[in-house]
Amino acid sequence: MRRAGRFGWLPLTPAVVLLLVFLAGPIGYCVYIAFTNMQLTGSSSTDFVGFANFRRAFADPVFRNAVWLTLVFTVISSLVGQNSLGLLLATLMRRASKPVRTLTGAFVIAAWVLPEIVAAFLLYAFFRREGTLNGILDWLHLPSQNWLYTLPIIAVSFANVWRGTAFSMLIYSAALGEIPQDITEAAEVDGASGLRRFWHITLPMIRRSIATNLMLNTLQTLSVFGLIWAMTRGGPGNRSETLPVFMYDQAFNKSLIGYGTAVALLLLLISSLFSVVYLRLLKTEV
Amino acid sequence: MRPTAPLILAAAATVIAAGSLTACSSGSGSSPDTVKIAYQRSTNNKVLVMDNYLEAVKKDFEKANPGKKVKLIPIQADENAYYTKIQQMMRSSKTAPDLVYEDTFLINSDIKSGYLAPIDKYLAKWPSWDQFLPTAKTAAKAQDGKTYGVPDGTDTRGIWFNKDIFKKAGLPTDWQPKSWAEILDAARTIKQKVPGTIPLNIYTGKGPGEAAVMQGFEMLLYGTGADPLYDTASSKWVAGGQGFKDSLSFVNTVFSEKLGPQQSDALDPNVGTQVQTDWLPNGKLAIDIDGSWMGNQWLPTGGKPWPEWSTVLGQTAMPTQNGQAPGKVSMSGGWIYSIPAKSKNQDLAWKMIETLQTKQNAVKWTIQGAQIAVRKDVAADPDYLKSSPGVDFFTGLVQYTHYRPALPVYPQISTAIGEAMEAVTTGDAKPDAAAKTYDDSLKTIAGDAVVNKG
Repeated sequence: MRRAGRFGWLPLTPAVVLLLVFLAGPIGYCVYIAFTNMQLTGSSSTDFVGFANFRRAFADPVFRNAVWLTLVFTVISSLVGQNSLGLLLATLMRRASKPVRTLTGAFVIAAWVLPEIVAAFLLYAFFRREGTLNGILDWLHLPSQNWLYTLPIIAVSFANVWRGTAFSMLIYSAALGEIPQDITEAAEVDGASGLRRFWHITLPMIRRSIATNLMLNTLQTLSVFGLIWAMTRGGPGNRSETLPVFMYDQAFNKSLIGYGTAVALLLLLISSLFSVVYLRLLKTEV
Repeated sequence: MRPTAPLILAAAATVIAAGSLTACSSGSGSSPDTVKIAYQRSTNNKVLVMDNYLEAVKKDFEKANPGKKVKLIPIQADENAYYTKIQQMMRSSKTAPDLVYEDTFLINSDIKSGYLAPIDKYLAKWPSWDQFLPTAKTAAKAQDGKTYGVPDGTDTRGIWFNKDIFKKAGLPTDWQPKSWAEILDAARTIKQKVPGTIPLNIYTGKGPGEAAVMQGFEMLLYGTGADPLYDTASSKWVAGGQGFKDSLSFVNTVFSEKLGPQQSDALDPNVGTQVQTDWLPNGKLAIDIDGSWMGNQWLPTGGKPWPEWSTVLGQTAMPTQNGQAPGKVSMSGGWIYSIPAKSKNQDLAWKMIETLQTKQNAVKWTIQGAQIAVRKDVAADPDYLKSSPGVDFFTGLVQYTHYRPALPVYPQISTAIGEAMEAVTTGDAKPDAAAKTYDDSLKTIAGDAVVNKG
């Protein structure tokens, strides 16, 4: 490598300054607020309270409920939903005819490029009591449900699957495209069935893409807010209140900025745990 | 993908999480000649009562003060989101408006946060202040004895009922329930005899926010006995009250017996708009526990003109729990104009308040906004007295009315009540359990200032 001169760091400075100001700055400020009792209204002073916010969170059954729902939401919509469905679509689309491929691709990607709030409204209209889904069920003479009321966490998970599958599909399409044709052909000549080829050749060869995709999906899903807020506001009761919604509720509805920020930090902690796990997966597979 | 990329993504996720806490602001250049007013716009786009009124006052003001401008900042949001928004705006001098329109229940909380400026020096030189009723003057007076705003009206609450539906159900059209039981009985009769209608609406849950707590819960609670929420003698919040549990039981009964709207509709933040513009005018709802202002939508200038309303709807007072003295109960609040502490144009903002409160404008707003007058000169105005058929009824409730304990922690306590209501509405918790959860939050919110009456 060419040795950088004395002022070799100079070109990096603007980037570092920008990072400090816009990335490290807000994060540092959030860490500070998480240890205070800052409020939006009802108190003018802000005092340092140590770990009180965190103790409060762990003692709060509503917080624990939110952690649980966040995990349910992430597992259903990201791990199972987006990831598997994306892989399935990508595999099927490789065999489909060109028009089918274009059409499916267009639909799935359209769901992905829609702004979150628009997607949320569409799915709200789909799931609501007088919505499209119940309309279809009625037409088929099947019993209808008040989905957003009786199964809110399932409804928002489905919404997230609907919205996020395109991303997985794109990643897997790219990964599948990179599998050398001759390996597949060789397996075919050896008489391996489609399922066996998929299990013993395709999956091992796209392992790294799976890990990357899982990680991106999980992180994205953990921070989903607008979708849930617009569809159910975390309700009814707390039955779809995931951590981001809980955090917003504490910080802005209850005016407890300090507590809300502490919850945000805990959410960050959960995200980093997931990241670490996936990073290790990535490493061992190289 | 290189292994560093996930790290960057993890960092990006952090920023998104952090950003959602710090985001939100509405910058607009500050000019010494422009007075900026923040107010709530209805979530129903057809409802522009306040917008139209302020637009007219803006013209008056700009004509009377050449070179000065008024900038209206409508915030279209449900109530909770509106409060959050103005509180964020008032935090910084870069975004603070010069005048905010606030519910009186928030005022002490916002004063304690240092958001509002006292206006005593202006009031001292303002002749119209003598016209305000004493209770109205205290509405904007903080615990420090200073006054922080000028109220532009008040409200009372009672029961609206549809006489056509009552006729069909064989109930009297001059209905005057004497107890909660009589309300529930009427609702049960309607459910049986007029299927397809919603027998009774009581606002509930977290979505409708303060509307649920005040129009719904406190209309019940204050009918159960003295000081059911806040004990003024000991200056403490009441935990473990029987009245609290009874009120939750009432809500629970309404929804478990399906006497109310579908739960999902009842918990919708926009249910108020729906009641006003759809359920009542279209004869879908029989009994509605609601406010004096309902009629403003149905005036020719309102969002849903409905000339027949005065013959179709009856009004009656909310009874106390078992009919105990004084027999009737109502809640009052009202909104005020306040000057944020970080406003740079406080003098000009005061001039705007004066323009808003010329007698002519005060009368106009009281009528258009379907307010109950808080000024003697407005209350005596013939135009006000004949403005809508309900005015004398709701003005008559003032003698039975209660005000919320306007203390800095009230907004948080209100949220806790909303949660308890939601739990019994959905059936997630029995009234006793929900009351217990409320008692626990009360201790977190108010600390030592809690007295147990269980």
